[in-house]
Amino acid sequence: MELLAFGKSGWGDELFYATLMTIAVSITAMLIGFFFALIFTPLKLSKHKSLNLIGNFYTTVIRGVPELLVIYLFFFGGSGAIMFVASMFGYYEYIEINAFITGSFAIGIISGAYSTEVFRGSIQSIDKGQFEASKVLGIKKHIQFYKVILPQMLRLAIPNLSNVWQITLKDTSLISVTGLVEIMRQSYIAAGSTRDPLFFYSFASFIFITYVFKYETN
Amino acid sequence: MDFELMISSFPKLLNATVITLKLLSLSLFFGLFIGLLFAILRMNKNPIVNKFAYGYSYVFRGTPLLVQIFIIYFGLGQIEYLRSTFLWVILKEPYWCAIIAFALNTGAYTSEILRSAFQTIKPGFIEAGKSLGIPNKIIFYKIQIPIAIKQSLPAYGNEIILMLKGTSLASTVTLMDLTGVAKYIISTTFKPIEVFIVAGGIYLFMTFCVHNLIKFLEKKYGFQT
Repeated sequence: MELLAFGKSGWGDELFYATLMTIAVSITAMLIGFFFALIFTPLKLSKHKSLNLIGNFYTTVIRGVPELLVIYLFFFGGSGAIMFVASMFGYYEYIEINAFITGSFAIGIISGAYSTEVFRGSIQSIDKGQFEASKVLGIKKHIQFYKVILPQMLRLAIPNLSNVWQITLKDTSLISVTGLVEIMRQSYIAAGSTRDPLFFYSFASFIFITYVFKYETN
Repeated sequence: MDFELMISSFPKLLNATVITLKLLSLSLFFGLFIGLLFAILRMNKNPIVNKFAYGYSYVFRGTPLLVQIFIIYFGLGQIEYLRSTFLWVILKEPYWCAIIAFALNTGAYTSEILRSAFQTIKPGFIEAGKSLGIPNKIIFYKIQIPIAIKQSLPAYGNEIILMLKGTSLASTVTLMDLTGVAKYIISTTFKPIEVFIVAGGIYLFMTFCVHNLIKFLEKKYGFQT
């Protein structure tokens, strides 16, 4: 228990901040994922073959490639890509992106692929009659989406989104390889300096379990 | 785009794929037994056994795979007693630690898949077996298990793909699997996109194969119940 004390003697406060960091990363990633899902769900549902292909490419590649590889791509390639874009605008200085931004962006893209699949599935499982009925009633396309499709879609999507949320939360542990101090990284540091890895990693898994517990009961 | 790097790194990555496939097949093999065992325990009427099996699957599904590998690889070495037993021969190897972690992880998911498959078997099948005078044990081996395997095929296919992606975490405990080698090449050449395309392509090809294999098996052995 002394190991978990707050202040200079223990690791309590460090682990607490790391926990907050994990929550912050997972929420940011989830929101970025929604943003991507918002772009790619219409593409996957569209009637155009080429648009369809782009949507399918995104979800297949991201869901078929290990998360760690995607994170490495962003970690090593992120600042290079930004610098390339900046060099087009005539800025040649070295740019380093924050580990938080790279990490949550990488996790967000992964989470987005899963969210896209969830949204696509729930839109497709809405009764066809709903679309037809709103068309017959002469409701405009965007009002049809907001007032008819969206409420029904969300009802179907929310149980599956909680699964996506769990996947996202567990994926945040992988960002520790980039050096962002979240729970896994902090446990790694603490385990290294106290030579007590069993305790700290068990504590980390305990924290993850309590998160999941909260969401499962909801 | 550096095509030369892509071509030169391809054999190295392909070599590393062998380790990834070894990890995958061994962990799936052990995981299937663990999953079957815990699925049977889950259906036990004794609440203590039942809760134990539930707790196992809950803990392993609720925590990231990375934590599980770290606990087994870094954590277990800390226990003095373990170091003196024969288990230490296995636990000091990162390869076996990774396999133990993957097997326990996939075992938890497999137990859930099999449990739900067992529970969706129509009681008529079991009753028919009983009325034919078949002993309970044989009903279980010859009727329940084959039906459960057939019903759980699609979900198990997903689990195989998840596990294939999970084996990438072996690179965090110094194993040079596909992701480990990819990371090594990226960090020495600083050309992430090219390496990502090659390594990602190999992973995608493997997922593609697994996906089609499961589809084929479903078609061959699937039936409507």
